[in-house]
Amino acid sequence: MTETTLTHIGQTEPRPVGWQGIAADWSSDQRAFKNVSWGKAMMWIFLLSDTFIFGCFLLSYMTARMSTRVPWPNPSEVFALHIGGSNIPLILIAIMTFVLISSSGTMAMAVNFGYRRDRRKTAILMLLTAVLGATFVGMQAFEWTKLITEGVRPWGNPWGAAQFGSSFFMITGFHGTHVTIGVIFLIIVARKVWRGDYDIGRPGFFTSRKGRYENVEIMGLYWHFVDLVWVFIFAFFYLW
Amino acid sequence: MVDVTPADAIPPAEVAEVELYHPHSWWTKYVFSQDAKVIAIQYSATATAIGMVALVLSWLMRLQLGFPGTFDFITPEAYYQFITMHGMIMVIYLLTALFLGGFGNYLIPLMVGARDMVFPYVNMLSYWIYLLAVLVLVASFFAPGGPTGAGWTLYPPQAIMTGTPGGQDWGIILMLVSLILFIIGFTMGGLNYVVTVLQGRTRGMTLMRMPLTVWGIFTATVMALLAFPALFVACVMMLFDRALGTSFFMPAIVEMGEQLQHGGGSPILFQHLFWFFGHPEVYIVALPAFGIVSDLISTHARKNIFGYRMMVWAIIGIGALSFVVWAHHMYVSGMHPYFGFFFATTTLIIAVPTAIKVYNWVLTLWRGDIHLTIPMLFALAFIVTFVNGGLTGLFLGNVVVDVPLSDTMFVVAHFHMVMGVAPIIVIFGAIYHWYPKVTGRMLDERLGQFHFWVTFLGAYLIFFPMHYIGLMGVPRRYHELTDVTVMTETAHHLNSFISVMALIVGFAQVVFLFNLIWSIRHGREAGGNPWRATTLEWQTPQTPPAHGNFGKELPIVYRWAYDYSVPGAKEDFIPQNMPGTFGTSKEPA
Repeated sequence: MTETTLTHIGQTEPRPVGWQGIAADWSSDQRAFKNVSWGKAMMWIFLLSDTFIFGCFLLSYMTARMSTRVPWPNPSEVFALHIGGSNIPLILIAIMTFVLISSSGTMAMAVNFGYRRDRRKTAILMLLTAVLGATFVGMQAFEWTKLITEGVRPWGNPWGAAQFGSSFFMITGFHGTHVTIGVIFLIIVARKVWRGDYDIGRPGFFTSRKGRYENVEIMGLYWHFVDLVWVFIFAFFYLW
Repeated sequence: MVDVTPADAIPPAEVAEVELYHPHSWWTKYVFSQDAKVIAIQYSATATAIGMVALVLSWLMRLQLGFPGTFDFITPEAYYQFITMHGMIMVIYLLTALFLGGFGNYLIPLMVGARDMVFPYVNMLSYWIYLLAVLVLVASFFAPGGPTGAGWTLYPPQAIMTGTPGGQDWGIILMLVSLILFIIGFTMGGLNYVVTVLQGRTRGMTLMRMPLTVWGIFTATVMALLAFPALFVACVMMLFDRALGTSFFMPAIVEMGEQLQHGGGSPILFQHLFWFFGHPEVYIVALPAFGIVSDLISTHARKNIFGYRMMVWAIIGIGALSFVVWAHHMYVSGMHPYFGFFFATTTLIIAVPTAIKVYNWVLTLWRGDIHLTIPMLFALAFIVTFVNGGLTGLFLGNVVVDVPLSDTMFVVAHFHMVMGVAPIIVIFGAIYHWYPKVTGRMLDERLGQFHFWVTFLGAYLIFFPMHYIGLMGVPRRYHELTDVTVMTETAHHLNSFISVMALIVGFAQVVFLFNLIWSIRHGREAGGNPWRATTLEWQTPQTPPAHGNFGKELPIVYRWAYDYSVPGAKEDFIPQNMPGTFGTSKEPA
């Protein structure tokens, strides 16, 4: 797409170079990011803000873990599953992580087929993504249940620092909420794709804005972000 | 299969119809409105209403301090509740909401030449969640045990313990829930403001042609989107500590001879999270004020702003620096001397871009055609007040000076000057300036003069003596100061004097509110551009601007916002949307 915008209307000076050129480009006419739509820009900025939330959560967890004087429960024992007579460390979490990362793949394919206007494949892939996401949340619920039956509570646990349970439930809960919201919106957007709302630009129920296939991509941005955050939670909680 | 790039999904900003939501009924036009201007008024009215509560609380506090023992109903617990709610309401629910939700909503779309915010529906939700947050806050006044009395910083462990009002009752829970709601609501609005500025401008409106008001609000919003997460996290964690019995912030504590269930948490962690939000918050309030005051001075001195580009970079620089100074609020919490050194240094460095701004305001005034209108009076008062508060900030930024002054009235005087009085004065000036655009009528001039002089002089008479008694060592947050050794007789007199002045200044605000309401019907007709200003909001076809802000066509911008008194031009102002070349503009290339 060629740039249709007019920069510096009413001025005829040559365009600045160097640092001034960079500043001039960023501050140029109408849009700072030329080919980025409003919705996409808004999602990126929201994700930036959300990054700070997860960052604060994780930093607080690290502070708690480093400053506590009582021993921290050993993750490879706590998160082990007893399968076939032996304890396999981190097996559940490995499967969970695999499932969630795979869902990023199906999401990326959905975005691709969305821009090809392939309604069927887009909707199926989005639903597949939603199923993978729901599987992840289900396994997380299983893990929570297992830990709770073993006596882990937000205010204490049998193995050491009480902050283990508090941080674990808080951070995985907050992330799980993000995944759940994502699953819900995946289903909503998949339905719209299936019905062909984006082909006819049918207006949204609340927003009265015309729907576009780009919404699939914006949904994808959120989904990939949730996956990326999981990688950090995985590293700091289970591998540390 | 069609070959489609994402780019064709973008509506070009210059199309006349940007999918506005057109209201169908009275309800969707005035109550559940998606028009940023209506939302702005809703935000402003709610913020003002809750601000009046905070004003009354400050009267009660001053009555207790100035005349100890006279008012039986102001118990120590009540006093702490007044302090807490006064601080929290003023900083978050009044100043932040009014600057960003009120002025941001009204001015951003108009000033950048947009029809509305980019996502009006989300913008509407923002207000209603904000209202919910305010209602939850108000509810805590009627909850068992009353509102929290933890101080506006809500420091744990005391915030959730028995001795603190509301600590083991509803107070602290409602406070935290209200803050969480506020942050969610604000994020919805804030995303709108940022994207509208970045992506929703009209043709010709480069970022470097935007009025400084928009720059200030924009930068403050970006900061808020990055700073509020820390408060959000802190609130969630403290809510868990209080409601679930976790120990994020709670160390092992013996209370009334009994060991509490908590243990192993870090109260300092809360302070870090709180101030990582809390310090940028100072500039979230200050930057919109900087921006607005620049426009007021330029318009009413009929002169282009001096050093426009430096002003923009100073705003950005202050915004960035304010994220690395937070621990100067924690010198007395105990920290490694090298950290103290680091944070003192960064704190003092902020004075550089701030001083640039002050010099530029003064140089804008120099040889200007100064009209002493009410907005201009407030703008001038702001410069003085802000310099004053800023200078005492340099005192407190130094570790060795801060330690003895910490928790004295000097600190109270400092932050009231710099982030209480100064931004509020700008808000007043801005209301006098833009009221004609919002209502089509001028505010009454005589009442305005009265309001200005009483507020400005009164604020000085309140806070100047407060510096002095602070230097004498009079502590803050004390319910009664009668038997404190540092309270000499003169300090007592000054204290009573401060209280009387606080009542008088408060009364002037009631006069101002009367003026606001009275002038809607009885004010002088303003016309479309009473101040003969250049920016786009004054060039709308209707006053007040209709839904969609501009007529059939969006305006096209040909110049910066500060073409006042251009040599060789016919008029002493050239609107931004006026085509052609006139005289020799000072617009930077």
